[in-house]
Amino acid sequence: MKRKIRVLVAKPGLDGHDRGAKVIARALRDAGMEVIYTGLRQTPEQIVQAALQEDVDVVALSILSGAHNHLFPRVVELLKENKAEDILVFGGGVIPEDDIPFLKSKGIAEVFGPGTPTSVTVDFIKANIKRK
Amino acid sequence: MQTNHEDLAQRCLSGDIRAIARLISLLEDGDRQAYQVFGTLKNSLGRAQIIGITGPPGSGKSTLTDKMIAGLRKRGKRVGVIAVDPSSPFSGGAILGDRLRMQGHATDPGVFIRSLASRGTLGGLSKATASSVNVLDAAGYDCIIIETVGVGQSEVDIVKVADTVILVSVPGLGDDIQVIKAGIMEIGDIFVVNKADRDGADRVVREIRAMLETQAMLKFGKAVPAGPDTLAARNAEAVHHGRLMETPQKTEVEQDPHAALELPPVLKTVAETGEGVDLLLETALKQFETARLSGELEKRRMRAIRAQLQDLVSWQVMEYFLSHEGVQHLDRLSKAVFSHSTDIYSAAETLFEEFFHGGIK
Repeated sequence: MKRKIRVLVAKPGLDGHDRGAKVIARALRDAGMEVIYTGLRQTPEQIVQAALQEDVDVVALSILSGAHNHLFPRVVELLKENKAEDILVFGGGVIPEDDIPFLKSKGIAEVFGPGTPTSVTVDFIKANIKRK
Repeated sequence: MQTNHEDLAQRCLSGDIRAIARLISLLEDGDRQAYQVFGTLKNSLGRAQIIGITGPPGSGKSTLTDKMIAGLRKRGKRVGVIAVDPSSPFSGGAILGDRLRMQGHATDPGVFIRSLASRGTLGGLSKATASSVNVLDAAGYDCIIIETVGVGQSEVDIVKVADTVILVSVPGLGDDIQVIKAGIMEIGDIFVVNKADRDGADRVVREIRAMLETQAMLKFGKAVPAGPDTLAARNAEAVHHGRLMETPQKTEVEQDPHAALELPPVLKTVAETGEGVDLLLETALKQFETARLSGELEKRRMRAIRAQLQDLVSWQVMEYFLSHEGVQHLDRLSKAVFSHSTDIYSAAETLFEEFFHGGIK
């Protein structure tokens, strides 16, 4: 019996640029993972409920609007409230270097900027998922 | 990870989202131990109405599902959704994108949506679909919608699980020969022509109706009349020529030919705007109620259980022949056939015997 890694790819906030999210979704698919794509303009509440119902191992968040300091930590917070801190959360998009330490302190496992090879993301997931 | 299955079952019965979600994952991963929960859940099964939605890729199944969820919520029903999308035959991965169209219901506690990958199953569903539906049924969802993979012509597994099959078509896919082929066109309890605001929708409706009428006439041994291709069209023509207007007493068939012949209804929808979805829901709910009262539902569910049981056993056989022990037997007998020390049919017989007598642990 082999467990499939399930990943929710979501775009919180109001920007409409989902190319990056779709590229990541494709790369994870090609790495044998099951990717649930929720689409644009999701609230943290929607993302977290979807993550719970879909029983994912990972939530991958992509944002280009600049609201990451508010929205990323909120997702982690809501997961905690639902006793789902075993779900790994990481982010990507346009995120200034200076914000990364803050995001990590709020429970975002990693932040991948533009130009990150998709294999890095795949390896990161495989090495860091909390549920076996 | 050792999970306490009795605890999981109890939490499912009480509607605990995480427990329901985890249990579905265990069933998807083929965890035999997880089947134990059904010892507890079995007494709570059979309450929900199970609606299947099937049709070609891009025909609007997910958008239709989204609008149906809304309609069912308005009627006070709790809704579970199982949406199946295909797995890659190469990487085994999948993009599950049906949920995208339904995210408006994500935070509604009366709605549970779960995406499943087909994981190599070819009938339009995944192996765990039936058991996942059972989990949602036991958890108290009143209505469970199963959205199949986008299908072609022969993916008909949905009839093994659903009480009501809604077959979605769209204008522009082919001519009237497509609708008389065997396979998927035979399984609809309700036919929907979606994107009905597009050109050609009425033609598709007419072709499906004609197909259903011919089917019924062949079944009841009546001659198929020539002329306009549907009863409705013939009536419309008669009205046009002023004939029916002169006859005040229409027969039942003339008033509603399809209802009188008990043919599956053919409805038009525009899922994007929600047009026609309310009538679709009413029709599905009414059909279910009628089937329940007439005993037809019971018969159908019995057939479904029988088919599912057959699937479970054949999967177990397949699993055995993929296991180490099974492969060894296969290798040994293949060599024997190759070297002419036995023939392939006797070898199959031997394998079958070995499987049922001691092969399975």
